[in-house]
Formats: sequence, C-alpha cells, structure tokens
Amino acid sequence: MTADNNEQQYLQVNEQTIPVDPEGYLRHLDDWNEAVAEQLAAQEAIQLTEAHWEILRVLRQFYQQFEMSPAMRPLIKAVANELGSDKGKSIYLMSLFPGSPAKLASKIAGLPKPTNCL
Amino acid sequence: MSDTKKSFLIINRKAPYGSSAARDALDVALTISVFEQPLSLLYMDDAVWQLLPDHQAGAIGQKNLSANLAMLEMYDIDQLYVCRQALNQRGIRPSDIKLNITLLDSQGIAALIKQQDQVLSF
Amino acid sequence: MTTLHLINKTPSESSALRDSLSAISDGDALLLIENGVYAAMPAYAERFTRLPRTIQCYLLNNDALARGLNDLNPDFGAIDYDGFVELSCRYNKVVSWF
Repeated sequence: MTADNNEQQYLQVNEQTIPVDPEGYLRHLDDWNEAVAEQLAAQEAIQLTEAHWEILRVLRQFYQQFEMSPAMRPLIKAVANELGSDKGKSIYLMSLFPGSPAKLASKIAGLPKPTNCL
Repeated sequence: MSDTKKSFLIINRKAPYGSSAARDALDVALTISVFEQPLSLLYMDDAVWQLLPDHQAGAIGQKNLSANLAMLEMYDIDQLYVCRQALNQRGIRPSDIKLNITLLDSQGIAALIKQQDQVLSF
Repeated sequence: MTTLHLINKTPSESSALRDSLSAISDGDALLLIENGVYAAMPAYAERFTRLPRTIQCYLLNNDALARGLNDLNPDFGAIDYDGFVELSCRYNKVVSWF
C-alpha cells in the first residue's frame, strides 16, 4: 500500500483521459477501445498481435456473458471452446501474457481484475 | 479420502440481493474451486430464488447473479443440488431453472451432508 | 390517517408479511420492496385474497426485474422509484415491516 492509493489515476490515450484503479485496471468498461488496449499492453511491455487480440475477444465475450472476469482455469476452458484445444493451454497463454495471464489479459481487455485468482 | 483433498458442501439458504449471502457463497465457491477441491452446492429454503434465470440486477444497481451462476460450469463446479420441497412451496418448476441441477428430498439432503468433509452455510 | 405498509422480506424469512396483513386497515396500501417482491409470486396469491378492496397493493418493479420475476400477481401495481416516492408522500405515514 502506498500513499498514492487514494489519488485518482489516469491513462492518457490520444485525446482521452481514462480513469484507472491503483493497479492500472480501467474503472469503466465503456472506456475501452483498441487504442486503449494497445496502450495498456505497452505499459506491460507487450506488443499486441492477432494472437493476443483473439484471446482478448474471448475474454470480453466471457465477461459479457457471465459478468465476471475469469480466473485461469475458466479462461483456459473458454479459449479451448472458442479457439481450439491447442490454444486452450496455460503454456500458450503464458507465452502471450507472461506471468499471470488471467490478470494481465483482463487488464488489457479493459475488464476488472479477476477475483479468486491465485 | 485423500490427504490433500477435502470435499466441500456450500449450503445456500437466502434469497439473492436482499443480503450479501448469495454473493458471499459464490465467492467462496469460486475460491474453493481454484484450490481444486471437490465441491457441491446445495440450494434450499429461499435460496432457490437465486436459481431463476434472467435477472436484471442493473435495475437495482447490483451485479447479475444469474449470469454468475451460469459461469459455474466454466469453473468445473457442476454438482448443484436443489431441495425439491423448497421449489414446490414457492411454485417454481424445475424446468424454470436453466442450470443443470439435481433435485433432492430431505433424505437426499441428509445423505449429501453426511458424506462431506466440510460444510459451509450461507 | 392512512398508512403505507412496506415489506422487504420474503414470506418465509420473517413474519413481516403475516404481521403486516393482520395489522392493515381500510384505505391503507401495501408495497413490496427488495425480497418482499417474492410475495407477489402466484404461489402466495391466496394470502391476499381476504384483503378488503380498499387496500391498494403495489410492488417495486426494479426489485422484481432484478430477481427475474415474471407472471406476478396481477392484483399488484408495478411502480418504479419515482412511484415509491409518490406513494410515500400520498399516505400519512409509512410503516416498515422486516
């Protein structure tokens, strides 16, 4: 915890000033667009490719249907359902979103941080 | 019974939205599933109201529990048990419920509880 | 003096519904809110059949929508938050049963 936690933080994308939480997750779902995603990814040192985008689309669809961000296991399941079992693997998701794919990909997809995620 | 796995049962007894009980139970269920422990959910009394589909919880500024319950199978939480009498008393038909459920009478509920290592009640 | 009776519990989680129905008078109104809206499901219709015709019954539609309730008891008028405010002003006092 830092003293900055109570201060409103923003992401500046082109002309848009977008409020984010202290961990960098968007505060408002509707603020998301492709340029915002590019910038969120850049902050994590990720250059988005089509392989990333298709995962982000699966995540956005998951959120639209279930109104929660998935933890790792349901994310893998959703990716396997939508994009095939070759991609529905944790090693593949780790290669695109290193570290904690469920948290990182949710952030770039403009979704809330997944709860219950180790 | 293995050393590393314990079976869990979460008993739901409260209607959604009127209190945080339903959401608390869901949070605990998702957390238990992340630890890959065998998990069953039981809905009795007013908690069977949680199972009605198509909530529009935005109308009261809350998150949509029916969308979240539909998500449970993505977490491999697929053991959903429902008290038959609780449905009957409230005029809810099993076919009204879009989730994959198993109906239990009171004997079945007693047996379900008996076979668990841990039982949590909400 | 007229009274608006508010009920915010399901018929089985407290005695609020039963107690309010035994304490209600001619010219009063009943409004189901929060978990109280479940009382307008058809399974409970029988509990309201003995109410005098002078008693108006309402439910807060936002709470019914939130809970996915359909085919509600037609004796209940569905109101929104503005209607809730309006009813609260129309009756001399409000009694909350919970």
